[in-house]
Amino acid sequence: MALLEVDNLSKAFGGVMAVQNVSFAVERGLVYSVIGPNGAGKTTLFNLITGVYTPTEGDIRLDGQSIAGAAPHELAVKGMARTFQNLQICMNMTALENVMVGAHLQLDRNLVRSMLRFPGIARRDRELKEEARELMRFVGLQSYWNLDASSMPYGALKRLEIARALAAKPQILFLDEPASGLNSKETAEIDELVRKVADNHVTVVLVEHDMKMVMNISDRILVLDYGKKLTEGSATEVRENPDVIAAYLGSNV
Amino acid sequence: MLSQFLQFLFSGITVGATYALAALGFTLIYNASNVINFAQGEFIMVGGMLAFFFMQSGIPMPLAILLAIAISALVGILLVKLAIEPARDAEVVALIIITLGASLVIRGVIQIWLGKGVHSYPAFSGNEPIQIAGATLLPQSLWVLAITALVVVALWYFFSRTLAGKAILATSCNRLAAQLVGINTQRVLLVSFALSAALGAIGGVLLTPITLTSYDVGIMLGLKGFVAAVVGGLGSGLGAVLGGLLVGIIEAMAAGYISSAYKDAIPFILILFILFFMPRGIFGAQVTERV
Amino acid sequence: MNALKRHCALMFLAGVLLLLPLALPNNYYYDIAIHMAINAIIVLGLNLLIGFAGQISLGHAGFIGIGAYASAILPTHFGWHPIFAMVAGAAMASAIAAIVARPIFRLKGHYLAMATLGLGIIIAIVIKNEAAYTGGPDGMPVAALGLMGFSISGEKQWYWVLAVMLLFSFWAAQNLIDSPFGRALRALHGSEVAAQVMGVDIVRYKAAIFVLSAFFASLMGSVTAHYVGFVAPNIADFFHSIELMIMVVIGGMASIYGSLIGAVLLTALPQALSTFEGWETVAYGSILLLCMIFMPKGLVPTLAARFGRNDQEEH
Repeated sequence: MALLEVDNLSKAFGGVMAVQNVSFAVERGLVYSVIGPNGAGKTTLFNLITGVYTPTEGDIRLDGQSIAGAAPHELAVKGMARTFQNLQICMNMTALENVMVGAHLQLDRNLVRSMLRFPGIARRDRELKEEARELMRFVGLQSYWNLDASSMPYGALKRLEIARALAAKPQILFLDEPASGLNSKETAEIDELVRKVADNHVTVVLVEHDMKMVMNISDRILVLDYGKKLTEGSATEVRENPDVIAAYLGSNV
Repeated sequence: MLSQFLQFLFSGITVGATYALAALGFTLIYNASNVINFAQGEFIMVGGMLAFFFMQSGIPMPLAILLAIAISALVGILLVKLAIEPARDAEVVALIIITLGASLVIRGVIQIWLGKGVHSYPAFSGNEPIQIAGATLLPQSLWVLAITALVVVALWYFFSRTLAGKAILATSCNRLAAQLVGINTQRVLLVSFALSAALGAIGGVLLTPITLTSYDVGIMLGLKGFVAAVVGGLGSGLGAVLGGLLVGIIEAMAAGYISSAYKDAIPFILILFILFFMPRGIFGAQVTERV
Repeated sequence: MNALKRHCALMFLAGVLLLLPLALPNNYYYDIAIHMAINAIIVLGLNLLIGFAGQISLGHAGFIGIGAYASAILPTHFGWHPIFAMVAGAAMASAIAAIVARPIFRLKGHYLAMATLGLGIIIAIVIKNEAAYTGGPDGMPVAALGLMGFSISGEKQWYWVLAVMLLFSFWAAQNLIDSPFGRALRALHGSEVAAQVMGVDIVRYKAAIFVLSAFFASLMGSVTAHYVGFVAPNIADFFHSIELMIMVVIGGMASIYGSLIGAVLLTALPQALSTFEGWETVAYGSILLLCMIFMPKGLVPTLAARFGRNDQEEH
C-alpha cells in the first residue's frame, strides 16, 4: 500500500477549478516531484493534501486512512511536514527557536506544567536545543543558530524551513519550491540536501520549477497542467512525453 | 400598539441615520487604507460641539454648521498627517492603538477648550412634533433622514461617476496597482479621512438638537458606528448604510420592548452575534488567503 | 532569554521589591507601589495575549470587573468566604473567556478587536445596571480579605502580599515563554499557518492564553477590591481597558519586563499629571500616539535592541 494516495481530488474556488480529478500514489521512501507550468495547481494540490484547503471532491489517504479535510495540525500528528513556497518563517523568533517549534508535538505542551517549570520540561528543552543545533548543522546553517530569523538571508531561511520540518521527524515531507529564488549554487546545495533527507528514509514530495534538479533527484514525476493530471512516470518517461513538451514549450515547437 | 411600534421605529431610524453616516466614514477609511479609525466617533462629537460653540459665539446657524463640518474635515486631515502617515507600515494592532490615541487627544482637547458640559442648539425648523398614526416624529428627525439620504446619494454619485471617487475605490482594491496607474494614493488617504470626518460631523450636527452633545458622546456613537459597519460588511458602502439603520432600529426596539437600561449593550450583543455567525457581515466579501 | 539572564532578572526584581520599602516615606507611596504591582500583574497576562500571541483584547477591564465584583457581592450579599469568592470570580471570568474564545479567535485583526471590545462593554453595562447586587453607578464596599481569622489590612501588609504575587507571576511568565507552549504561542504570532502545520491547534492556543489572562485579570480585580475596600463600575469600563493596553504598548509588547515598566510608568502618570487637572485624556492620547509612532515595539524592546544586537553571525 502506498504511503500517500490521492483519489480523484478536485478543488474549486468559485468558478475556477484549481485542481481537477487528480489521482496519484506516492510509495514509501521515494522522492516524488510535481511539476507543471505556473498556475497548474501544484501549490493548491499541496495545500489540499496538507490540510490548508478543504477538497471540493475526492479523497486523500495517508497510510490507508482518509485525511481529506483534516486540519493541518491534525496532519502534523500523523507525520506530515511541509515547507512553503512563500516562506512562512516566524520572524519574531530566533533561527534555533524556529527549528525547535518543529518538534512541538514531541514535547510536553501543558500550560500549567510550563508555567511552573516542571523539571521534565526544562530537561527536555535542553535536549531539544541540542537536537535543533544538529539539524541546523545537517542543513548547513551551523553559523546561524543564535541569530534572529529576521536577520538571515533568503537562501538560509529556505533551508531553515527544511530544518524545522525535519525537526518534526516526519514520515512524509512536502517541499514547496525549495529552490525558488535561489541561484544555481544555492540550488545545487538544496538538491544535495533533499537527497540527504531522502537517504534518511523520509518520503519526499516536491514541487519545483528547476528542471535540472527535478530530473536529477526524482524517482517519479507527476505533471500537472491547468489543474489536471497530464502524465506520471519516471524522469526519462516524463522528459520524452510529447504532451509534457507541448505544455511547457508550446505545441508548435 | 402600532403607535408604540412606530415611535420606536422613528427614533431608531433617526439615530440609525447617524450610525449610518459614521459607518460610512469607517468604511471609507477602511477601504482607502485598511485602517479602522477608532477616532471616527470623535468627528461626530466635534461636529456637534463646534456647531454649538460657533452658534453661541453669535455666528448664524448655517455658517456655524458649515464651519463645524469644515473644521472637522481639517481635524481628519491632521489625523492623517500627524498620526497615520508617520506610522505607515505598522501592524494592525499598532494602527488601532494609534487611532485610539488620536481619539483621546481630540476628546481631551475639546474637553479642555469647551468643558464637560452638555450642550445643544435649536432644531432647524422648530420643535412642533408631527403626528403620524399616533406616533410623534420630530421635524429634526426628518432633517436627519433627508440630509443623510442626500449625502448617501451624493456619495454614490461621487464613487460611481466621478474620476476622483473611482480613484479612491481603486486604491482600496489594490494600493500598489493604483499607484502604478498614476493615482496619488497619499492624496486619496487625505481625502478619505477628510470626507470621513465631514460625514461624521454632519451626523453630529444633525443629531445634536435631538440627543444633545457633550465632549464624551463620541465614544459610544463611534463604537456603534463601527458595529454598524461590521454588521453591514466592512468595506461595503451599502452595507454601512443598511447596517447603521439596522443597528439603530434594533437598539430602539430592544430598548422599548425589553429594557431601556441595557440600550447601550444591544449593539454590542448584536455585533458579537454577527461576528460569531456571520463574520463577513451582511454584504461583506468572501476572502481566501493565499499561502 | 537563557537561564542565567532569567535568574539574574528575577533576583534583581526580588532585590528591588525587598529594598523598596526603605525608600517609601509613607503610606501614600506604598499605595502607589501596590497599584503598580497590581497593574503589572494584569498587564503581564495581557501582554502574553497581545505581545506574545499577537492577539488583541480591548475589553480586558471587563474581566477585572468580574473578579472585583465577585469579591464584593458574594461575601456581602451571600455570606461567602472572601477566598471562595475570589476563586469563584476567577472561575467565572475564565468560563466567560473560554466560552467566547473559540468563536472570537476565528476572527482576526479589527474583527477580533471589535469582539473583545463588545464583550468588555457588555460586562461593564451589566455591572452598572444590576444595582441591586452591585450598588449601581455608586459602587459598593468590599469586606476585608482574610484567612482563618487573620485579615490583610494596611498598606504595608498588602505590599508584601503583592510583592510575592508579582515575583511569582514574573517567574511563571518567564517559564511559560521559554517552554514548548510559549514557543508555540510565539510561532502562532509569527506565522499562523506555519504553526498549524507543526501541530499547533491555533484556536486552542489563543483560547488558552485568553483564558489565562482573564483568570489573572479577575484575580487582580479581587485583590484590588479587597485592598481598596470599595468597587465602582469604572473598574470594568472601556477607559480602563485602554489604560491597560497603553501599559502593554508603552512598556513593550512581548517583553515581560516591559510589562512591569509600562505598569510603573502609567500608574505613576496620573499622580504626576494631577497638577494638570483635565489634561489626563490629552496626555494619555499623546503618549499612546508618540509611542506607537516612534517606538512601535515599546520602551523595553526598543532600548534592548539598541544596546544589545542579536544579528551578528557566529562562527
